[in-house]
Amino acid sequence: MSERLVIIGNGMAAAKLVEEIGKLGLGRYSILVIGAEPMLAYNRVLLSSLLAGEVARDDMVLKNRDWWRAQGVTLLYGEAATAIDTHARTVVLDSGKIIPFDRLVIATGSTPIRLPKPGMDLPGVLTFRDHDDVSAMLDATSPVTRAVVIGGGLLGIEAAHGLSKTGARVTLIHLMDRLMERQLDPEAAVLLRRELEARGIEIMLGADTAAVEGDACVEAVRLTDGRVLPADMVISAVGIRPNAELARAAGLAVNRGIVVDDGLATSDPAISALGECAEHRGTCYGLVEPAYDQAKVLAARLCGRPAAYAGTVLATNLKVSGMPVFSAGDFIGAEGTEAIIYRDPGLATYRKLVLKDDVPVGTVLVGETGDGLWYLDLIRRGEKLGPLREAIVFGRSFAEAA
Amino acid sequence: MNALGTLPKPVATACPYCGVGCGVLMTADASGAITASGDPDHPANRGRLCVKGSALGETIGLEGRLLHPMIRSRSGTLERVSWDSALSATAEGLSRIARTHGPDAAAFYLSGQLLTEDYYAANKLMKGFVGTANVDTNSRLCMASSVAGHRRGFGSDTVPGTYEDLDEADLLVLVGSNAAWCHPILWQRMLATKQARGARIVVIDPRKTATSADADLMLAIRPGMDAALFSGLLVHLAETGALDRAYIDAHTTGLDQALARAREIAPTLAATAITCGLPEADVATLFAWFTANPRVVTLYSQGVNQSAQGTDKVSAILNCHLATGRIGRVGMGPFSLTGQPNAMGGREVGGLANMLAAHMGFSGTEIDRVGRFWGAPRMAEREGLKAIQMFDAVEAGSIKALWVMATNPAVSLPRADAVRRAMAGLDHFVVSENMLSNDTVNSGAHILLPAAAWGEKDGTVTNSERRISRQRPFLPLPGETRPDWWIIAEVAKRMGYGEAFDWPDVASIFREHAALSSFENRGSRDFDIGGFSHLSNSDYEVLAPVQWPVRTPTDLGDKRFFAEGGFFTPDARARFIAIDQPDLKAEPDPAFPYLLNTGRMRDHWHTMTRTGKAPTLGRHRVEPLLEIHPDDAAVEGLAAGDLAEVTSTHGKATLRVAVEPGQSRGSLFAPIHWNGETASHGRIGALVQPFTDPWSGQPEMKATPVSLTRVAPGLEGFILSHGAVDLPAGTVWARAAIDGGLGTVFAAPQGLDAPALARTLKPEGGSISEFEDAARGVYRAAIFDGERLVAVLFAALGGRPSWSWIETQFGAPELSPLARKALLSGRSPDGLADAGPTICACFAIGLTAIKAAIAHGACDVDAVGVALKAGTNCGSCRPEIKRVIETLNGQARTLA
Repeated sequence: MSERLVIIGNGMAAAKLVEEIGKLGLGRYSILVIGAEPMLAYNRVLLSSLLAGEVARDDMVLKNRDWWRAQGVTLLYGEAATAIDTHARTVVLDSGKIIPFDRLVIATGSTPIRLPKPGMDLPGVLTFRDHDDVSAMLDATSPVTRAVVIGGGLLGIEAAHGLSKTGARVTLIHLMDRLMERQLDPEAAVLLRRELEARGIEIMLGADTAAVEGDACVEAVRLTDGRVLPADMVISAVGIRPNAELARAAGLAVNRGIVVDDGLATSDPAISALGECAEHRGTCYGLVEPAYDQAKVLAARLCGRPAAYAGTVLATNLKVSGMPVFSAGDFIGAEGTEAIIYRDPGLATYRKLVLKDDVPVGTVLVGETGDGLWYLDLIRRGEKLGPLREAIVFGRSFAEAA
Repeated sequence: MNALGTLPKPVATACPYCGVGCGVLMTADASGAITASGDPDHPANRGRLCVKGSALGETIGLEGRLLHPMIRSRSGTLERVSWDSALSATAEGLSRIARTHGPDAAAFYLSGQLLTEDYYAANKLMKGFVGTANVDTNSRLCMASSVAGHRRGFGSDTVPGTYEDLDEADLLVLVGSNAAWCHPILWQRMLATKQARGARIVVIDPRKTATSADADLMLAIRPGMDAALFSGLLVHLAETGALDRAYIDAHTTGLDQALARAREIAPTLAATAITCGLPEADVATLFAWFTANPRVVTLYSQGVNQSAQGTDKVSAILNCHLATGRIGRVGMGPFSLTGQPNAMGGREVGGLANMLAAHMGFSGTEIDRVGRFWGAPRMAEREGLKAIQMFDAVEAGSIKALWVMATNPAVSLPRADAVRRAMAGLDHFVVSENMLSNDTVNSGAHILLPAAAWGEKDGTVTNSERRISRQRPFLPLPGETRPDWWIIAEVAKRMGYGEAFDWPDVASIFREHAALSSFENRGSRDFDIGGFSHLSNSDYEVLAPVQWPVRTPTDLGDKRFFAEGGFFTPDARARFIAIDQPDLKAEPDPAFPYLLNTGRMRDHWHTMTRTGKAPTLGRHRVEPLLEIHPDDAAVEGLAAGDLAEVTSTHGKATLRVAVEPGQSRGSLFAPIHWNGETASHGRIGALVQPFTDPWSGQPEMKATPVSLTRVAPGLEGFILSHGAVDLPAGTVWARAAIDGGLGTVFAAPQGLDAPALARTLKPEGGSISEFEDAARGVYRAAIFDGERLVAVLFAALGGRPSWSWIETQFGAPELSPLARKALLSGRSPDGLADAGPTICACFAIGLTAIKAAIAHGACDVDAVGVALKAGTNCGSCRPEIKRVIETLNGQARTLA
């Protein structure tokens, strides 16, 4: 009989893991996937597109029911796991049901952070994480809706864009002096800001939220400088927190996320974790690509093959339609680095490649990101550019045609 | 571009460049653009044209033209005035100076660019009415030594042969001539003769050139030793019994003295070889070929003429042809290749200071004859100052009034910087010009007279084989421009000589010129076109190209001279000349260890006032080069592409180094064309020494001792712009026409703030697209006005890429995003697939690839993923891929 593999979480990481196990050792495990959201695993990256009306709900489903069946997976969604018994090797569901496992994978993802400010629990204050959030926003928006998005990071911008596409009047407030400061240098951030403003989104930088105000529901956001922004809806997009409580309660090692080693094993060798709930070498990732990298490694190991995860050089793709933004590595440029820059304000294009000793270590691209992955590959390879350098900033076709 | 509408039919005229004198047909197409093609009916070129002639249509635009008279105000600026004011001021100044300081305080400096009728009018005014022979021309720099050599040997300035001789020769010897670049159409005829007759070609030149590349024998002679080689040849001819005793006895005098001198100079073949720095076997080959081939034409150009012994060099060549009787007969003779379209016409009218008029000199009889013909009150009584002395006199202050027409002495004369300074000190400085700005105008000209340019002028020119061709206008006179002859006549009228200058049209000047040539001639002078003395205006209009002499209206005899003697000396015999020991005026020394040779590039002409307008011609060489032998370059630590400062006792230039194995060691070559308008440090004339030939007054422009210093170029780059861009002092730059504007290359040894420079090129409301690799010193900018590219700046440490592709984008109304990017990459995107908008960001897959995969059978999103990986990572592009599939399927259905 096959070993029982239980996966808690029905998100993108879980789907990828199943897919990879299917490639390597179909039938080796009898797999059960437990998902809290009452639907098939879907592509969370498309939530802003869904909000913007660019895709249909059905388009977001990662794998259809037949696929899951073909993988031999039992799907148990709409039910949340409430406890893990590491001794008994069981998972307890909120229905009280107890699921035994031989191997357990925790893929519970993350939860949006709500600012610890007054009024954040008022009706009309939403986060941007799942289908329910999008449904709530779509239900609440009309052309007269005034939406304030708190947080100028990736998620906040995607939410602001999506809301703006629904016709809402959107103001994006951000504590820092530039948008996406963890992914963009100042010049790229300015271009992005201009582009968003050109699409009708009002951007306020250096704006520190003091409180959300309202009697029965949201009415305004008050800033620490005293300004008050009228609002019918507030979206908090200030960051995420790994969903590690289940693991913590089970006595597994947890810092910010569930601590895993290079084999994605937690402190209990029978239990693994991956994706946004995991913490690897001190890093909790918030993007899909590391989760996919981890899924491949974990699938291999579960199938008895040697594999190790050494971390992912982070690349950021802002997936807002018609506004490509990409960054990776040291895009700011630390001491001792050199920058190659191409900018064409007329085309809203900006490209910067950061080199150290002629080796690419970072990049930021705005307006045209087709070469981002190639740059990322060069950054990961860590080789000197040599003659490629001359035209590299213009992209792969130019550089390699040289 | 001059507006012309449509031409009813092509206008047949003459090319304004070299002395070959090709016929060109100027044709307007439907858009009004005018193009040049070779005139198949013209005997000089039979329909062919070189690259310069072919690009004539690019040179007729009005950019930079001087379109109305101007006078320099007290504040130093040039201000527009009426023609009457300008003409009166010109006349008043000339009269005043001549009255106060004597006629010799006035001078004209003319040009082989002038038409014969212009030349005639100027010569008549000065030599007959102002009363001075201070009329010289830039032909002094070009073929004065040939004139002097001809006169000394033949008694007249006669080119004995015709171009047909080049078709009929068995041996063609080119001395000091890079005909492949400087007389390309004649060179093509010579190559055809080589093909058709098996004729051999010998090139004698200190450096290997495009001409020597096709030679059967190349003699890389020591500079200045041409006369030694021909002395050796004369000795060889004498010793091998190859002399034509019958011809010598019947038609010449002086062989013994000439031969004796030749034996002193080059007693043996071995001695000749050593003196000339040539392999003995090569010298022997030349001598053997010359001896064995009666049909030999010896062609010579600036390598012979531009020498302090140029006249002796010509004589040494003539000696060999006279001694073998190889002159004036089919396929043989000495042949001077003239540099300018109308150098010969200028010689005919007496445009040189040591000629009076119509091939007459300054004997009492001749002065009297010309004086009577002109009805002139104040004939010049002696030769005037030749160009170099003329400008020495300007410098010394003894010449106080100077009128420069159609030439740019501030660039072209030796010691050009000193010439520029000297002209600034003139009391009365008049310039007749096409262009508003050039080095001569900017030397402080007081009065600018806007002259008609080629394409607008009407008259005649004479080419190297004495063929007179009509130059016909095909463009209206722009602005207030006027023909040179009209300007001169109007000034003459204001000086009180109205009657003698009252020509109603240009044909009347030609008739007067023709009548003077036959006036009391009776066969005593070679130049006789009396047959045209009564040519009607309508016959003048349709005059077909014709060689002189034309003694009667129906003179159709053989146009060669001297086959049966008949020289224009008192005894009708030719003179052999005992020449001086060949020597350079100045030898290299430790302080100036190299000899600077000067000359032309393939696609430029003189000081570029015309060729500089043609993008087609600017592409060959954008900046002035210094050619140097690889071993010398190694000694100096120079590599190709470096900058070198070249210094003589007279001046400096900074040039781009070209390492050329074809250069002789110790010898450098630099082009003459660049000037203050086209290069910051390229005025080669400034370096050239002023030593002149005692007979011809022609300066030794091809052997100036110089020193070399490497200049670290610092930041280098180029700018493409619509107008001229001012660069900071100390920047070394050169400028060339490109399609839609100007291309400027620069090197900034002291550095340059390139981003700041780019900002100065940005129009109000424009935008700058930039590329920086600061660590490598790379900065590039494309400057846009809206969507239109208005300027491009490239700068880098260590070299610069080509702008050829960028130039094609310059002036385009709008550039694609790919082209905008390609622009700054400096590379054409041709061959680079345009990826289209990126669909899959994770794997960088563009729309183009996705459409291709669908076309190749990928029927759904997963199939596209299998083919391209697109959509297989984050999946966010899958909906878009799906839409692409649906759209394409929809189109397919519609088509089906």
